[in-house]
Parts: sequence; C-alpha cells; structure tokens
Amino acid sequence: MHPAPSIILFSTLSGLGFGMPAVLGLDVPAPRGWIAFWFLLIAFVLASAGLIASTFHLGHPERAPKAFTQWRSSWLSREAWLAMLALGLMGLYGIGLVFFDARWRIFGVPGGLLSLATVFATSMIYTQMRTVPRWNHWSPPVLFLAYSVAGGALLTGRVSLALWLFPLVGIVQIIAWMDQDRRERASDTNIATATGLGHIGQVRAFEPPHTGSSYLTKEMVFRIGRKHAATLKVIALLLAFALPVLLLLLPFAHVMAALAVLSHVAGVLVQRWLFFAEARHVVSLYYGR
Amino acid sequence: MTSLPEYTEKTLGLVIDLDTCVGCHACVTACKGWNTENYGAPLADTDAYGADPVGSFLNRIHSYEVQPETGPAQLYHFPKSCLHCADAPCVTVCPTGASYKRVEDGIVLVNESDCIGCGLCAWACPYGAREMDPAEKVMKKCTLCVDRIYNENLPEEDRQPACVRTCPAGARHFGDLSDPDSDVSKLVAARGGIELMPEQGTAPVNRYLPPRPRDAAPEFDVLAPFLEPVAEEPKGFLGWLDRTLERIG
Repeated sequence: MHPAPSIILFSTLSGLGFGMPAVLGLDVPAPRGWIAFWFLLIAFVLASAGLIASTFHLGHPERAPKAFTQWRSSWLSREAWLAMLALGLMGLYGIGLVFFDARWRIFGVPGGLLSLATVFATSMIYTQMRTVPRWNHWSPPVLFLAYSVAGGALLTGRVSLALWLFPLVGIVQIIAWMDQDRRERASDTNIATATGLGHIGQVRAFEPPHTGSSYLTKEMVFRIGRKHAATLKVIALLLAFALPVLLLLLPFAHVMAALAVLSHVAGVLVQRWLFFAEARHVVSLYYGR
Repeated sequence: MTSLPEYTEKTLGLVIDLDTCVGCHACVTACKGWNTENYGAPLADTDAYGADPVGSFLNRIHSYEVQPETGPAQLYHFPKSCLHCADAPCVTVCPTGASYKRVEDGIVLVNESDCIGCGLCAWACPYGAREMDPAEKVMKKCTLCVDRIYNENLPEEDRQPACVRTCPAGARHFGDLSDPDSDVSKLVAARGGIELMPEQGTAPVNRYLPPRPRDAAPEFDVLAPFLEPVAEEPKGFLGWLDRTLERIG
C-alpha cells in the first residue's frame, strides 16, 4: 500500500492525541490546574493536527461532514463520531480540572474510554480489509491501542507506567510483525484464484493493461518498502522504545523527557510507514507483483 | 445508504469469455468514450501526451501466459471491470453513503456528489475495479452503462453496456444472472463460468468462462502426403542431361 504522508502523520499524531486523554481520563491521580491545562492542550493539538492531516488525503475535504452519516456500517464514520464525542467529553473534564480544581469523573471516565474507542475504530479501518492479508487480523487493533496508551503515558509524564509499557509494546510489536509475515505467506488468494486460469497450468502476468502507471499501481501496488524492511524495523524499535526507556532511566530532566518524546514519535512514524509500505494488496496479483 | 440490500430484484452483470477475447482493447476505448461523455464526471487523463500519462479507466485488459505441464504456453487476454458483487465490501466501508448497491438491479454505483474521495472503497475491492479520477477527485467505477441499458432514446440493440456492444469478438455478454433462463445464465451453465477470487467472500456477479481445452498439436502434418520429397537422383531425360553435362563439365 502507498504510505501516504498525510495518513502516516494522522495515525501517529491522533494515536498520541487520543492516548493522552485516555490516560488522563482513566488514570486516578489526574493532574489539576495549569499542568492539566497544558497536558490537555497538547492532546487536543495533537488530535486536531491528526484529524486535519487526514483531510489532506481526501479528494473533497469540503464534503467531510458527510462522513458522519454512515456510522451503522462504516468504521471511518464511527471513528469520526467517536473522535468528536471523546474530545467533547474530555473538554468538559478539562474545564473541571483546570478551572474548578475538580475531577468530574462522569466526563473523565467515558471521555477516556471513548478516546480508546476512537483509536480502536481507526485500527478497524485497516483490520477489516480482507484485501490486505497483513492487516486482516488481530494485530492492528492491539498495536494501535498499545502504541496509543504507551505514548499517552509518556506524554502525560507517567514515567513509571511508561517504563513498564514500552518494553511490553516493543515485544508485542515483534510478535505482530512475525505473525503478519506468516499471514501474508498463508494467504489463499493467489494469481491462480485471481485469474481463474490456475487449472490449466502455471499463470504468469504477461502484459499489464497499461504501459504507464495508474491509480491502482500508485495506491496499492507499492513495493519500495520491503527492500529495507528489516533495518527499518530495528530503527523503529530503537527509536520508539529502547532510546526513550534509556532516557527515562537517567536522572530526570525536562530536556531528557523532551528527547524521549521526540525519539518515540520518530519511531512511531517509522513503524507506521512500514505498516503501509509493507502491506500487500491482493490486486497486486493481477499485475504479477 | 452504505448497507447492502438483503436481495436484489435482478442481478445484472457481465459474462466474459476468456476463450474468445482477442485482447484488442476495443471495450476499453468504448467504455472510456461513453463514460467520458455521459453519466457522472468525465474520465480524465493527466499528462496524456507527456512522459507520465495517467488516466482513470473503468475497464482494463490484462494478458496472462499459462504454462501447462506439457505442451506450449498459452496466452489469455483478461478483461477486468467491476464485478457488481452481491457482498460488495466497497459499499459497506463508505463513510458517506456515496457508494451503494441498487435493489432493483444489483448495480453498484457511486453518488459522486457525496463522494469525499477518501479511497477506502478502492482499498476494499480485491479486483482493482475502482479508480479515483485524477481531475475530479471522486471515485469512478463501472456503472454497467446504467445510462444506456434503460435508455429509450437509443435503438434497442444499443441498450447494453458499451463494452458489450462494441466487442468485435463477441467475448462479452450482458444480462440478468439471477434468471436461470436468461442467455447469460445458460452460457454460464454450459461453459462452467467461474467467480474471480471466490475466497475473498465478495460473491461477485460477473462470471468468467474458462478457456475450452485446446486441441493437442497433431503428430503429423496433414499436408505431408502431398509434399513427398523430390527424387534425389534425376531420372529419364533429366537424368541423361545431368550425366551428359557432368561429362562435358
């Protein structure tokens, strides 16, 4: 799949942007006053930046409000609703924390849960794609939620929680990559079922329908990512988890914490790039790739 | 509505004969022509005369080489357009309701004024039947020429999809596949028509007629008896001439 920068940016930023309110809303010792204000502001900026980035991917962003209509069937539509509800409730929770020094858990708990539900809905957009064997199973929801909560813990200064979560999420990621490789190999869709010519003999793509590129080949028959996949996976793990853990274990300093956040975000960006670039769409089979 | 209908009154679709298609791309041109001038946004091309021409098409022809265990490789041309699936995954992923499947005839269409161009339906389709138009930025797909098949301004023989009407080899057939007595259903039954990627669970409507077994190459040439090799040694007058000339030479 084509790793569109707008979608990678969206999923990285909104993952963190909804991970922070999830931790703030559900975790008991929530900060109050100005600290709460800054945390919530950062969360809202990240989540909004992610949502704005996602509209760059649309052909007609001016029609985006129509995406709220099909929540009964479409995960993208559900994601839009959940995001708005989560941000609305967390806004009310934030008003209590910042201005009234009160923890309105009636808003905080559902706000936190809806933040997680938003991330889950995002992941289901990919998981539902039977056409992409790498995505069509448990790993996108588990990974998206795990990254989101771990990132949220880091960004809200829950250092001890982050130190537990980071190695754990790293291990889950390694298992998921192995499982994704296995699923892709085990896919029962191949050039024989795609063409229905397999009963005659070995099928080989002889000539594509067009000599140049097309929307299909640009969007779904993307192949560059797999060349350096192994190296990029190591880089992703080092940046997203290993380096932040190391920085957090050093004596606390705001510079170190900021570096840990930057390193984590860079690692997540690499991971999300791989998530798309490595994914193989079955339409590639028609092009013999 | 992005939910799929429980049933459709008709199941209109195409039956494509892989034995007959000659790979001339006439259907591609006819499709592009009709669908650029009629229903919906025109099918654009960008950089059409430049180094990197890209355009949207609703029908494309692949070619495949099949190597049997014995004998020479066989070449098949493979037209591919929307299969108007009964369980169309492109419809249910649509966040705006722009994609829908019609109850009256099962045609899968896009309401272009509701399409936000997110591209999710193209991801959900295993066949590559949907393409984003490079100029209009809305999703384009085969309409089964919905503006031809019911069009009473056209002569009756033209009330079929442009690709079917134009095919010079008669490799494309159009009809109601839910009616067991329709010509297309009979053709599918007689020739063992198949679904593409049945394991994807899309329940496609269009059927492909697999190539009939090819004749084995004959072991001898039928003209061989008439082409006996000429005599090595000339006889009669030519033989005398040959011997005489050799004596002189």
